[in-house]
Amino acid sequence: MTSVAPSGPALAAQSLVKTFGGLDVIRGMSLELGPGELLGLIGPNGAGKTTMFNLLAGTLAPSSGAILLQGRDVTTLSQERRCAGGLSRSFQIPRPFARMSVLENVMTSAQGQLGESVISALFRPNRVAAQERAHARRARELLDFVSLSHLEDQPASVLSGGQRKLLELARVLMTEPRVILLDEPAAGVNPALLDLIIDRIAQINASGIAVLLIEHNMEMIARLCPRVIVMAAGQLLAEGAPEEVTRRADVVDVYLEGMPA
Amino acid sequence: MEYLAYGAFFLTVAMTYSIICLGLNVQWGQTGLFNVGVAAFVGVGAYTSALLTTPETAERVGGFGLPIAVGWIGAALVSAAVSFLVGALTIRMRADYLAITTFGIAIALQLCFQNLEPLTGGVFGVGFIPRAFAGVQGDAILFNLLNLALAGALVLAIYLLLEHLMRAPWGRVLRAVREDETAAQSLGKNPTALRLQAFVLGGGIMGLAGGVQAHFVGFIAPANYLPMMTFQVWAMLIVGGSGNNRGAILGAVLVWAIWALSGSLISEVFPADQQARAASLQIVIIGVMLCLILLWRPQGLLPERASVSKHLGNRHDT
Repeated sequence: MTSVAPSGPALAAQSLVKTFGGLDVIRGMSLELGPGELLGLIGPNGAGKTTMFNLLAGTLAPSSGAILLQGRDVTTLSQERRCAGGLSRSFQIPRPFARMSVLENVMTSAQGQLGESVISALFRPNRVAAQERAHARRARELLDFVSLSHLEDQPASVLSGGQRKLLELARVLMTEPRVILLDEPAAGVNPALLDLIIDRIAQINASGIAVLLIEHNMEMIARLCPRVIVMAAGQLLAEGAPEEVTRRADVVDVYLEGMPA
Repeated sequence: MEYLAYGAFFLTVAMTYSIICLGLNVQWGQTGLFNVGVAAFVGVGAYTSALLTTPETAERVGGFGLPIAVGWIGAALVSAAVSFLVGALTIRMRADYLAITTFGIAIALQLCFQNLEPLTGGVFGVGFIPRAFAGVQGDAILFNLLNLALAGALVLAIYLLLEHLMRAPWGRVLRAVREDETAAQSLGKNPTALRLQAFVLGGGIMGLAGGVQAHFVGFIAPANYLPMMTFQVWAMLIVGGSGNNRGAILGAVLVWAIWALSGSLISEVFPADQQARAASLQIVIIGVMLCLILLWRPQGLLPERASVSKHLGNRHDT
């Protein structure tokens, strides 16, 4: 992944289709996330945003279409290989390793850990130890960054909803990603933590990591994303600056669809 | 003095169960693999070791008359290999499906022990398995104490090995797979490969325990490897504390003690013609004990400790 074409998109989806049984959930969806861009992905419930994330991250395989990560076709690559290639995601409902400490949660996600091999864990203790110390240092920096340092020894199960979102952020960053996919990082988060999360996402993006953000909180989208794309019924409906897009009649229509008149 | 000999005998058997229990703790306690075929992996080890070390027998393949140590190593390796084959086919299955499958495989293997006469000696099993320290067999106390020392040393060695691995990144990533496989995968881990590794290591340890047991008792038969043994080992792990290696050892000793004591109590209390029936009470007692633990201390007597990487010192000193 070192030979990156600097001009090409960090992540691209080309005519993705995903069918569950007879149901077309994603119907020819394309998008491009520029290098270092912070792109919002919005749309009404059921539009297929999370499915789109699952396709991009490799959690699901597309029925057709292609996915390019920094210019490389990763359509058939497994989720873990995409992660090693610099693509990391968070989950709409956070998935902490509940009975592990907050610090362990973050350290686990470091890539290329020598000590994850039984042979190295047994026979190369010094190199494993050196790597562990480096990972612990980095993990603690990240916990500082998301303001969870004081909880590092606690099991992740004690964290509140918002803190779990922050832990996911730290875990994702620990993988040293080039591209991150954030699935509703603000959902169910209290206002005080919301500001923190918005600020941290902005900082992550400022460090050069491209971010694709699914969010229903329009204030957050407006504050963070210069460009958004709107999905409806598995297709691209609109794209542009948030304030323009949200004024478009067709966008307003799909959001109001299904609501009581 | 009889009590001392019996105590050492009892503890040696408990040590062999501790080894099985440590193996199950790798699979279930650390990785969340619901293996309900424990007895079969123990049996594979026992038969392998017996085959390798017994003197040549007319109606049976082998034996090869090899040293006991070779039998132990062979037991671990063959059981690990069988675990690999079973695991390669089944390890993608989620909790209860893996349980059903391993249960079925265990039944099948047990029937193999029973019917592959040229290899296993059929229902009568294999006798005259060489015993460690056979030279002092006449002195029951010394014989049992030496065997206890040997089995105890083995438990200690396996315990230290597993503690090292569990506190290394390997153990951590196994726990991550146990906690949330999807999340682990999204963070670049390969859950299938990790689950298989844990299954093979655990199976190899169970096989080793089978070999040790066979050489201590000197005789094996298919009836030793019935699902009852699997149930006992699971009870040991749950009572002792799943996810905790010390708990696994403690649970093995404790449950085995209750099993053995209730057994001798039953033979004291009930008349001879009722004893076979009364023996079921042993299972009832273990079952009741399991229920009580699950009600009052569901994490076991020694719950899983929040283990941080062994390579870290105190907080913020890096």
